Parts: sequence; C-alpha cells; structure tokens
Amino acid sequence: MIVLAVMVLVPICWLLLTSFQDPATQQLTFDNYRSAFTHSYLLDPIVNSFKMAFAVGLIAVGVGTPLAWLVSRTDMPGRRLLRPLILAGFVTPSFLGANAWIFLAAPNSGMVNNWIRDLFQVDHPVFNIYGLGGCIFVIALYSIPYTFSFVSATLELMSSELEDAATTLGSGTFRTTFSITLPLALPAILAGFVLSFLEAIELFGPPAFLMIPARQQVMTTQLYLFFSEFPPQIEVAAAYAMPLLLVTVTLLWVQRRLLGRRRFVTVSGKGGVRRRMALGRWRWPFAVLAFIPPFLSVLLPYFALLVVSLQRVWGKGVFSPGNLGLYWYKWAIFDNPTTRNAIEHSLEYSAAAATLSVVVATLVAYLVVRRLVLFAPALGFVAMAPFVVPGIVLAIGFLAAYSRPPLLLYGTPFILIAAYATRFLPIAYSNGQSILQGINIDLENAARTLGAGRLRSMWEITLPLLRRGILSGWLLVLIPALRELSASVFLFTPKTHVITTVIFDFSDAGNYEAVSTMGILMMLITFVIVIAAYRLMGRDLAARSSYA
Amino acid sequence: MSGIHIAQLRKVYGDTIALHDIDLEVENGEVMALLGPSGCGKTTTLQLLAGFLRPDAGEIRVADRVVSTARSVVPPERRNMSLIFQSYAIWPHKTVRENVAFGLQVRSVARGEITRRVDRALATVRLDRLADRYPAELSGGQQQRVALARAMVVEPDILLLDEPLSNLDANLREEMRFEVRRLHDETGITMVYVTHDQAEAMVTADRIAVMNLGRIEQVATPYEVYERPTTQFVAAFIGRTNTLTGKVVSKGVVELDGLGVKVRAQDETGCASGEEVAVCIRPHQVLFERPANGANEIRGRVARSSYLGESRDYQVDIAAGQPRVRVTAPPALYVEVGQETTLFLPIEHCRVVIRS
Repeated sequence: MIVLAVMVLVPICWLLLTSFQDPATQQLTFDNYRSAFTHSYLLDPIVNSFKMAFAVGLIAVGVGTPLAWLVSRTDMPGRRLLRPLILAGFVTPSFLGANAWIFLAAPNSGMVNNWIRDLFQVDHPVFNIYGLGGCIFVIALYSIPYTFSFVSATLELMSSELEDAATTLGSGTFRTTFSITLPLALPAILAGFVLSFLEAIELFGPPAFLMIPARQQVMTTQLYLFFSEFPPQIEVAAAYAMPLLLVTVTLLWVQRRLLGRRRFVTVSGKGGVRRRMALGRWRWPFAVLAFIPPFLSVLLPYFALLVVSLQRVWGKGVFSPGNLGLYWYKWAIFDNPTTRNAIEHSLEYSAAAATLSVVVATLVAYLVVRRLVLFAPALGFVAMAPFVVPGIVLAIGFLAAYSRPPLLLYGTPFILIAAYATRFLPIAYSNGQSILQGINIDLENAARTLGAGRLRSMWEITLPLLRRGILSGWLLVLIPALRELSASVFLFTPKTHVITTVIFDFSDAGNYEAVSTMGILMMLITFVIVIAAYRLMGRDLAARSSYA
Repeated sequence: MSGIHIAQLRKVYGDTIALHDIDLEVENGEVMALLGPSGCGKTTTLQLLAGFLRPDAGEIRVADRVVSTARSVVPPERRNMSLIFQSYAIWPHKTVRENVAFGLQVRSVARGEITRRVDRALATVRLDRLADRYPAELSGGQQQRVALARAMVVEPDILLLDEPLSNLDANLREEMRFEVRRLHDETGITMVYVTHDQAEAMVTADRIAVMNLGRIEQVATPYEVYERPTTQFVAAFIGRTNTLTGKVVSKGVVELDGLGVKVRAQDETGCASGEEVAVCIRPHQVLFERPANGANEIRGRVARSSYLGESRDYQVDIAAGQPRVRVTAPPALYVEVGQETTLFLPIEHCRVVIRS
C-alpha cells in the first residue's frame, strides 16, 4: 500500500501542490498559473497542441476506418498481409518514425527529396517534415492502428444479416455501408478518434524532433523548455501541465461512457454469417491505396533507418567505398560506453519496473477481485489512475515529489524505474484483474478446506495458475518501458542514460547514423524479448497441457 | 463424534436476509440433504458450515466445539471438513495424483504414507490408472471422482457437497448418486449435501431439510417429506401435488374456498379453527370411482385429458379460485372432456399443510 502511494498518490499530490507554490518562499500562490497562461508565447503552444490533436484524430479516423472496412469486409487482395503491416506500425514508437522521416523528408538531405530532385530536375525541396504539418503527418501515421483495430474488431463481430436486412429492403450496397455498417461501427470510430487525439496531445517525441527545429512549440515541448532553461521553472511547468491533465481525464471519461453504453448493442451478431463484399474491378485500385499508409509508416521508415545506420557517413552514398558496413553497430555495442551503458540501463530499468509493476498490480488485483479488504475498490482506482496522466505530466510529478528529502530519488535509477512502473501500472493491473477473475475462487477454497491457510493456497494454487498471465503482464510493461521517452527525458541524468534519451541527445546533436542504429537496436531487442518469451510460454503450455 | 448443531443461524447480505435464524441438527454419520430452489439459502448454509462466511447471528457447533459465531469463525483450513464444489475445483496445473496428495502434504504426512493413501483413495474411486493425467484430459465424471478422492483422502470429520452432480449428464448423474451413497456406507462419514434435485436428495440422504426463502420448511426422511409434508411448499416441491385452499373448521376438517365443501384430512399442523391452510393430495391418489374406505367427494368438469401410455392425465375444474385438480388415472379409464364427474379424495391421502 505504501508502495502504491509512493508510486501514484505522492507524485500527483506534489504536482498539484507545486503548481500553487511560490518558487522562492514555498508559499501558496496563483502566480504560477498567472505566468503560465497570460503570456501569448505560452498560449500559442496550447493552440498548436489542440490543432495538432484534432488534425491527427481526423486523419487517423479518415484513413483507419476505410482500411478496417477493406480488410475486414471486402475481398480486397493482400488484406491478410495488410493487417500485420498495420500492426507493425503499432509497435513502432512514433519518435523513431519521426527520426526516420527526418532522413526521408528533411528539406535538404531527405532521401525522398533527393530522389524527386534527381528524377524531375526540380531545384527546391518538395517536402519539409519540420513544423506542425510534418508533425501531424507523422503522428497520424502511427495513430491509424488504433482506429483500425477498434473498427475492424467491431466489423468482424457484426453479422452480415444486419446488412442483408437493409439490402432486402431495397438499399444498395454503398447505401447499406453508409447507413447501416458505418453507424454500427460509430462507437469504435469515436474511440479511435479519442485515443488518437490523446496520443497526439500527450506525445513528446515527434514534436520535439520535428517542431523544435522549426521554432514551433506544443504544450509538451514547452513543458520541456521550462526545464531546459536555467533555473528550471518546475512550479510554472506544474501549472502549465494542468490543462493537459484536464483534457486527458475528460476525454477518457467521455470515451468510457461511449464504449460502455454502446458496445453490447453493436456486437450482438453472435453466430451470424459474415460475408465479404466483392469489390469487382475496384479490387486492385483499392489494394494499392490501402498499402500506402503502412508503406509510409513501416516500410519506408525502416528502410531509411537501416540505410542510414549501415553507412559510416550518411550522405557519402551507399556505394562509396568503405562506407557501407556495421561500423555504427560495433560502435554502439562495443566501443562507446555511453550507448553500451544506455542499452544495459534500458534493459535493467525496464525489467525492474516491469517486476515492480506486476507485483504491485497483482497484489492489488487480488485484494480487489477477492474483496479481501474494505477499501479495495479505492485501491483499484488508484492503480488505474496513472492511465489518465500523460507521461510528461507524471514525470513533473515525480520530479516535484522526489527531488527533495525525505525520498531523494532524482539522479538515481530508482526514479526512472518508479516512473516506468507507475506509468504502466494500469496495464499490469487490468491484466492482473482479468486473469484473476478467470480463476474460479473454488480452486482456492478447495485448498483451504483441505487444510491449507490463505497464504499457502495463494502460493501453491493461485500463483501457479497465474504464472502465464503474470509473464504476459510483465511483458506488457517491459516493452513500453523499453521505449519510454517522454518521462525519461525529464528524469534521466548522464549517469542514468537509457536508449531513448540517448537517441534524443544524438538527434539533438545531429548524429543521425547513431540515432538510426540505436533505433534499430531498440526494435531488435524488443523483438528478441517477445519471441523468447513466447517460446518460453509455449513450452510451458506443452508441458502442462492446455487448460481453458 | 461429529454431529453438527446449528442454532438460530442468520446471514444478511445488504438488506436481504439470506438465512432467517435457522436451526438444524445433523447427527453423527448421517447424510443430510439441503434441498430447495435457487436462492433458498442452502448454499449460504453450506458456506457458513465450511467457514467461508461469517454468520450475523447464531452459532454452529461440531460435536462440542463452537466453530462459527457472529464474533469468531474457525477458518476453513482448521475445521477438518472437506468440500466438494459444484465446479469440482480440480487444480488444472496439478496431476490427478498431485491433486489428491495436496491435503496430505499440507498435513505433513510422510511421503511413503502419502503414496499409499493416495493409491488407495484413487483405487476406491476407480481412477488408479489415470493418476498421472492432468485434469484437462479427464471427463466430467472422472473429474468428479478426483474431487471425491481428494476430499476423502484426508479423512475429514465431515464431508460437505455443493450441488456435486449438477454439471454431469443425466446418466452419469444417476450413477454418481449411488457412488456417493456407497462412499458414505463404506466410511460412515457425516455428510451435508446441497442440491436442488429432489431425486438426488432422496437417493443419497438419510434426512432432507427442505429450504425456501431462507427458512427450513421441514426436516424429515425422504419417505416422510413425500408422504407427510407439513407445508404447502414442501408438498409442491417434492413431486407433483394438488393443493386446494381453505379454512380450518376443526382439527382434520377444512372448508374449501369457493366450494363450501368440507373435506376431512390428516392434520398434524395443530392449526386452530379459522386459519387459512391448504389440503394436498397427489394426482395418482385422486380417483374417479368410489373407494372402499371413506373419501371426500368433489364435483367437477373434465377440462383436459392426455394419454401418456402408462397412464392418463386429467385436469378437472372444480371451482373458481381453486386450481385445476390433476388426476393420474390408469390408461384404461376414459372420461370424456367436458363431462361432469365426481372426484374421490381418500381421507387417508388428504393432508392439511401450512399455506406458504
């Protein structure tokens, strides 16, 4: 319980308190809010943030919905390949995508700009990824998967009979699609919009990489600037973070209501037949269109990252002698202590955070699901609370709470570990809750009637049954923690560099070969861990024989 | 000695009372069935007996030891009672042998002794050849047997069973009823058996406690609850019955509502004259022909008849406000639908019961 308080309650309380504190005298004051929301140069970022979030939400929904429909309900060629490609966009961190797009579409050096220049003999760059527009483009690319997976899940559960009912009443194919199919998918579409909106407004990476060089700011980059100035204005930053917190809390509440009320109505076509719609001669044109988003979000960026990371000097060309090779990989893994340490730190901190998160989450979930203590629902609420706190805001809370006695964590690895564990606690908690609910309480009670105490029953019966679920929860925390940027940037010190902060620094310094190498390494590490874990679990399954 | 004494036991959930101060004595070595529809409080009673719930009032004693009061509850692991769960609760990550051995390991029995006792328990339920299987590889009936072996191997003082056969198919259920009874006859253990199936209760139990809405309506042998029910609920819940409502005129005489007819019936209720009661008679005991002994006579009109092969079922209207009387007659006896007729209700088969 104390751990839970340290992780969640103390930082949030300090965040609130700090926002009302005078930096010098520690007295309560509204000055921070006044200085945060009266200067026009501080209001522009807020406007930018909302513009960006709306644009991203609209694009994500506008592209994700038809994609979902094409993959789930039509006979478009290549639809089986499209799904994993789109989901590959899901696992790619958007700050990595942002860097890849710098290689592709920076005004002077961007590869796409160069290709066009060479092909069409134009003398000015066609694309410029820097600025608000480029940032919207990149974030939207990586938000499409939300809408796509929500909508396709809904469409796949929806029976064709619902559409047939309209068709038998004389409605044409496209009319049916627009008046029956899409409205039924509306809650999913809205959920996709809300999540994309939130993602865009909370993200720190892409705006930092793409907008700061263009001297444009959004709320998250402005928060960062409060800290990079000297002296850091932590109190003003805390006040400035409040609208961000307010937006996320409100939107997630709205989304919960939307999903909660409509979900069961929509997904009532259980057992119905689902037929695919024949696209006829539009099959191939649609297929080509549908492959554009994953091409832009996955294929092209990874190609760019690979090409840049494999060259000793990007710009000399792939064919220049001695330029192509694994120079930077050797450098990152063996020669450079900073990157080597960062990789080790990332692994250590993420593993520690995942362990901490899963232990706390499982205990809380156990208390809540088995109703062992009176205040259990409150505990569950606290465990879910970080879900509404953007990473950057959480980081400010941690800074406010733990860069002073009694618990001086700033500068140690523990502040990063605690921040990761807290940020992803809701994932671990909801995972733990759902697996615990799946375990019949009779299994524990049976052990107790046979003479085992509560602890022994938990140790011998509940825990072994939870093992697979706990491992998957551990992975669900480990993977996002490995690529966490927005809180890390505030909490790291040169001694506690992690992969993401190293990438951030290299990008700042223009060392793009190192950026892409570290990015590729980060993705490789993630995949190796996931595959190894599934192997382990698979063997466990085979040995124990499956049990539903 | 492990008789169970339940006194004034009450359990409240929020503002619904799940158990209304029930009293029940289960004798040592007896099989007591708790029978009733869902929501009657039978499972709550069992959970209280097992120690998973704390009563709001009253007490439970086993032999001379108080195990549950509103203030203190001996935890389940220290009661030496085994419980068979409706879901079997066989641990999926342990083999059959490991499942059965668990209770002995908890009791720190020596390893050789564990092997010997587990083997014997598995042989008793005819599972010795499946000892190293995982539960997912067993059929429902086999899982049920694992649960029995696991519960019995620790030699509990009392065996509690919570709807143990309700997840089995009909044939297997019938077979397992006898299996449970055989287990009792071999070990002589005290059992409390919760079920909503009257046939199951009648086959397995020495006595049945019929429960309804948190109260015990009647505790008696299977023969008695069927032949001599004391309340309308018991009469209707155990087998089919006709219940005619009326008022007591004097002991053994009831005037039926809407008919003005006075009928004579067996009366052990002790109800005073003027009280609202019901008169019960089983369908197969209602006759169309006058019997040798005395019988009540009621005029009626046949509303429906159905031929069922082994018998004929009639429904006869007798008066507004009274339910149709169902008569099970021999197939050869035929009465036209719509015909006026006289029904004979033998006095020895009519029983006065408390209205519920």
